[in-house]
Amino acid sequence: MNAPLANPVVALVGNPNAGKTSLFNALTGSRQKVGNYPGVTVERKAGRLALPDGRIAELIDLPGTYSLIPRSPDEKVTRDAVLGTLPGEKRLDAIVAVIDATNLRNHLRFVLELRRLGLPLLVALNMVDLAERDGTTIDVERLSVILGVPVVPTVAVRRRGLMELGEAVAATLRDAVTVSPLAGDADITLLQREARVIANTVTLAQGAQRQWSARLDAVALHPLLGPLLLAGLLFGMFQGVFAWAEAPMNWLAALVTAGQGLATSALPAGALRSLIVDGVLGGVGAVVVFLPQILILFFFILVLEQSGYMVRAAFLMDKLMASVGLNGRAFIPLISSFACAIPGIMATRTIDSPKDRLTTILIAPLMTCSARLPVYAVVIGAFIPATRVGIFGLQGLVLFALYIAGVVGALVAAWALRHTVTKGPSPTFLMEMPKYQWPAPRDIGIGMYQRAMAFVARAGGIILISTIALWALATWPKPPANWDRPPLEYSFAGRIGLALEPIFRPIGFNKEIALALVPGMAAREVAVAALGTVYSLQGTDADHAEGLIEKLRGQWQLPTALAFLAWFVFAPQCISTLAVTRRETGGWAWPAFMFAYLFAAAYVAAGVTYWTAKALF
Amino acid sequence: MTGERPPHAFLLELLTPGAVATIAAIDRGGIDPDTARRLHELGFDEGVDVELLHRAPFGGDPLAVRVGNMVVALRRSMARLIEIEVPVAAK
Repeated sequence: MNAPLANPVVALVGNPNAGKTSLFNALTGSRQKVGNYPGVTVERKAGRLALPDGRIAELIDLPGTYSLIPRSPDEKVTRDAVLGTLPGEKRLDAIVAVIDATNLRNHLRFVLELRRLGLPLLVALNMVDLAERDGTTIDVERLSVILGVPVVPTVAVRRRGLMELGEAVAATLRDAVTVSPLAGDADITLLQREARVIANTVTLAQGAQRQWSARLDAVALHPLLGPLLLAGLLFGMFQGVFAWAEAPMNWLAALVTAGQGLATSALPAGALRSLIVDGVLGGVGAVVVFLPQILILFFFILVLEQSGYMVRAAFLMDKLMASVGLNGRAFIPLISSFACAIPGIMATRTIDSPKDRLTTILIAPLMTCSARLPVYAVVIGAFIPATRVGIFGLQGLVLFALYIAGVVGALVAAWALRHTVTKGPSPTFLMEMPKYQWPAPRDIGIGMYQRAMAFVARAGGIILISTIALWALATWPKPPANWDRPPLEYSFAGRIGLALEPIFRPIGFNKEIALALVPGMAAREVAVAALGTVYSLQGTDADHAEGLIEKLRGQWQLPTALAFLAWFVFAPQCISTLAVTRRETGGWAWPAFMFAYLFAAAYVAAGVTYWTAKALF
Repeated sequence: MTGERPPHAFLLELLTPGAVATIAAIDRGGIDPDTARRLHELGFDEGVDVELLHRAPFGGDPLAVRVGNMVVALRRSMARLIEIEVPVAAK
């Protein structure tokens, strides 16, 4: 027996859909550290696991995989981590294999593969409640004897078996000796057959499987009802984003205005007051008010993902995706891109064909991300009347149309790319359809919290810096005393805007828009903050109570507003997206290409919209 | 219906929805080794029972198939590589 390890490292490993992340959330709570592995963009999730003997283990949630023979960068991280060859990761002291009790045969195959490594191993037999409900009884002791490792029944979503699992981990670590894992690929077919024999041996009673999943699928995958349900869910999601977020957004806006009032009365007139009131509170405030909408969108996406519906959507969409040279698997990264292109592009790591993956990355920014919502919301609020068409609000319908325009643009772009720069054979579509599950509120909550923090960090970082930079550019140099036009035009920002204006004039953009597009490169939502800064600085007496919406209504014509919306359907305006594309594609060539083709598409779309609207209205 | 059929092998692609069959052979030559391995990782193997559950709208492709305890989505072109047999007594 060895001296106990002071700070052991334990990893959760398992097939996708084994409930691994639920178990991780249940074991570590919200005290998680989310980071990235160096060199790759695979998320590293770690947390503290308090063991019954008082020690604290570091628990790592490794990406889900079906085997240790990787087919994607995600799966390679798991393989390298368990083999102890992953740069930036400590060597594992023990592995907890998370398996689904309702799908023993397939999940045991992976346990057998992990067992070959020789590392201290234990099995969390998860979702035993679902197996029991199906009428399936498993002889846990016998399974443990056959496998030669401890087996602990758990129900992650109900926090059952967590204490026992902690005790088993502590016991395993106490007896553990330091070993080097054995490399060398296993013969999947042999292990698969061995796993089937074991599963049959330990299953005392086999219940009817997945009955209610099958009943739900009869609707969700129905040739007619299925697509209707999908369209209805997506439509309801976007209506919900607008309707539910209204009240909390008004509270946040009131809070920002109150802060501005407080700062105005507390500080002497001058550059500092202007910086705080106009630059910081005006700029960042204009972005933070959209947090409720972003959270609601993430809520829907997390629920669809964790309930198991997202894979059904991929199944329904595969034929359509195949017609433009992609596969249904690309649907999930693309749906995630509705929240933000960055997690969407990172989610393409589950696509194993390189050309398919590249195409998906290139079209991901065309999915309307939540950063565009602030832009859309302001312009729609200003120019689209809040009337009703049947049971739907006209504003919601226009928003829906913008999302559709992005999707259609993405499909056309995918088709064009697959016939030119990413030409090649079409890959196949092969994926597991997990059983439906009620999403656990804790998992949804933790997911939303992590995303909200990421957004706030962005607002506090890149958006804060760029709004302050813009404020400075728009404030200096001060015009001479005899300057009779708005002071903004004399500033650096005004001059850049004026220089860019000729490029944008043919598509109906004025110089304020040209000006806002420059800082808007940092992140799309900054364009709103920039418009806020530009227009509040431009007025002779800055009246902050008057909203940006009112200002735009007075300053823009309808064709300009519509052209601005069309521009943002395609606009390549997000440094973070370009940066993540560079990281995922390993160079600047593809992000440069992405920027160029999106800029061209945005320019043409805005131009066509402007001239069509001008002819009609 | 299927019960009256003589025992013979045919392709998974042609299975009637709801009918249960057994995988007789997988044509591994028709796919790359990676994809063949993923088929096994998802539970496909000779001797395992399969059932065709759903065909996707818009042209009936891809298919949703129950294999063992798992439901797997795959395209028709892949299902064409999987040969199945229906036992005489099956109903």
